[in-house]
Amino acid sequence: MKATVTVMLKQGVLDPQGEAVKSALGAMGFAGVEGVRQGKVIELDLAPGTTEAQVTEMCEKLLANTVIESYRVEMA
Amino acid sequence: MKAAVLVFPGSNCDRDLAVAFRAAGFDTAMVWHKETELPAGLDVIGVPGGFSYGDYLRCGAIAAQSPIMRAVAGFAGRGGHVLGICNGFQVLCETRLLPGVLMRNAGLKFVCRMQGLRVATTDSPFTSAYQPGQEIDVPIAHHDGNYQIDAEGLAQLRDEDRIAFSYVGNPNGSVGDIAGVLSANRRVLGLMPHPERVVDAAHGGTDGAPLFASLAAAFVAA
Repeated sequence: MKATVTVMLKQGVLDPQGEAVKSALGAMGFAGVEGVRQGKVIELDLAPGTTEAQVTEMCEKLLANTVIESYRVEMA
Repeated sequence: MKAAVLVFPGSNCDRDLAVAFRAAGFDTAMVWHKETELPAGLDVIGVPGGFSYGDYLRCGAIAAQSPIMRAVAGFAGRGGHVLGICNGFQVLCETRLLPGVLMRNAGLKFVCRMQGLRVATTDSPFTSAYQPGQEIDVPIAHHDGNYQIDAEGLAQLRDEDRIAFSYVGNPNGSVGDIAGVLSANRRVLGLMPHPERVVDAAHGGTDGAPLFASLAAAFVAA
């Protein structure tokens, strides 16, 4: 089984990398990009029986810094 | 007086920090991150600069989970003194021994230069040998030194006089020009600049030496 964890900066937290990507897209001539937020995706290969609650604990303790980041867990 | 300097894979200021502790009179041991116990009779722990674990995931995040950091948290919880410099500051924020986070520099560039700092408080065992408001020159070298904390946390740091150093001319976007912060008990200091790189005239400056002298005086007095 797999879990996909998406970690993003919380709304309101300045994302200088996203801003730089947005500005580069504008410079390349792509009009209409009104905002860019950059995050990360972490894929976990899990032993059978691993619970979503355990993955959530992994997020809280390591995968995200909840001071500035939010996370979403998808089990598949 | 006994100091320990932690060594993680990717630490690169560990020996410099040990030299600075020794110059201030500390008997200094190097402690590998996989150790689970600290040397006995320790007065202060230094968490050095560098790029622990290649800055993977987030700067300091994986080092913060090292076995030795559990011992460091216990040491700090018992009132022990801890000094985190640069990557060490990031590690201390990730372990929540200090509040706030260090984000990518606002200008996105790695900044490496001599930087003016203001000593924002002399009421700490790390800054007592400076003059209040003194301006000093200390090197910075970081990509992720943009200190951020929420408004409530910032107000608390200010009310409790826990901002140790502030930048003279903000190099990285840090809120309130903050370069270094103290824990609530004032015995844990994290800062992005590198005082250990200016402790000898041959370094081109000695403005970091009073930090180590302050610590030494704290333990002589105790």
